[in-house]
Amino acid sequence: MTGEENRRDLLERLLGPREHEVGCDECFELIDEYVELELSGVDAAARLPGVRAHFDGCPACREEYEALRELARGTPD
Amino acid sequence: MAVEASTQTAPVAAYPRVRMDKALQRSHLPSARTSQAWLQALRSDGAAQRQATVDLHALLLRATRHELRRRRAAFAHLRGEELEDLATQAADDAMVAVLSKLDDYRGASRFTTWAYKFALLEAGVKLRRRAWQGREVILDPEIWPTVADPGSSAHELLEHGELLSFLRDAIAQALTPHQREVFVALALNGVPIDVLSERLSTSRGALYKTLHDARRKLRRELSAAGLVESEETVIVQEDS
Repeated sequence: MTGEENRRDLLERLLGPREHEVGCDECFELIDEYVELELSGVDAAARLPGVRAHFDGCPACREEYEALRELARGTPD
Repeated sequence: MAVEASTQTAPVAAYPRVRMDKALQRSHLPSARTSQAWLQALRSDGAAQRQATVDLHALLLRATRHELRRRRAAFAHLRGEELEDLATQAADDAMVAVLSKLDDYRGASRFTTWAYKFALLEAGVKLRRRAWQGREVILDPEIWPTVADPGSSAHELLEHGELLSFLRDAIAQALTPHQREVFVALALNGVPIDVLSERLSTSRGALYKTLHDARRKLRRELSAAGLVESEETVIVQEDS
């Protein structure tokens, strides 16, 4: 990655998603449905707009999404 | 084990779940009840209800232990007993939350997935706060670049002197004092949102809204300077 690309990447991370995103409370309401839609092969981002963008902007909600996805998928102990 | 009542209508799934249900049956969950059976058992009396609460706690503990295992590298310094205490406390708190919100379950996912999210929230919050226990949270925008942790965005910015200077000016001029504190802590210094919410006695949702508004203002400033893409597609309402 060039210096210019590094700079843009850093800024984009700092400034978060450009598209519409839900807040943390709404994300928590929808996260289980989002995960199951995704595991069913449905386009969850299209069905529940703003959730995917929120994962890009909120590291805490993203961690919970990743963990929930693993559990819902039936990851063995 | 409780069985599903034929007279009750189960929540209708809006999409196929056959694959996931099979995965659930294969996994070693305390009980492979249907979602409706979970609800019915937890709302019942006597032995069925007691067994369901025992099974629910085991399910939640499975989730909190799972989360601890995923992130064990970050907690290598903690003893096994301490981690198990964290997992149990998180499962206990999640149990209270799930039981108090049963009426909110609308069947958009399996009951187990819905319940897991409470356990993962509790475990995540406890882990983040435990990791920052005793650490100072830098809120002062005047000193943040000089005390940046290696690996934080603030530290990276130090390598881009001109950008750092521009961003400092934008932060000083465009943001309110509260937005400055929140942006510096969360976006620049990488403070976990649950740690900051505890220190500032507020909620994750309220903090994220403040961060979102701060980011939006800064994007406007930086896009005017040609440093980032514009915010044309951002449509979330800002606080009045």
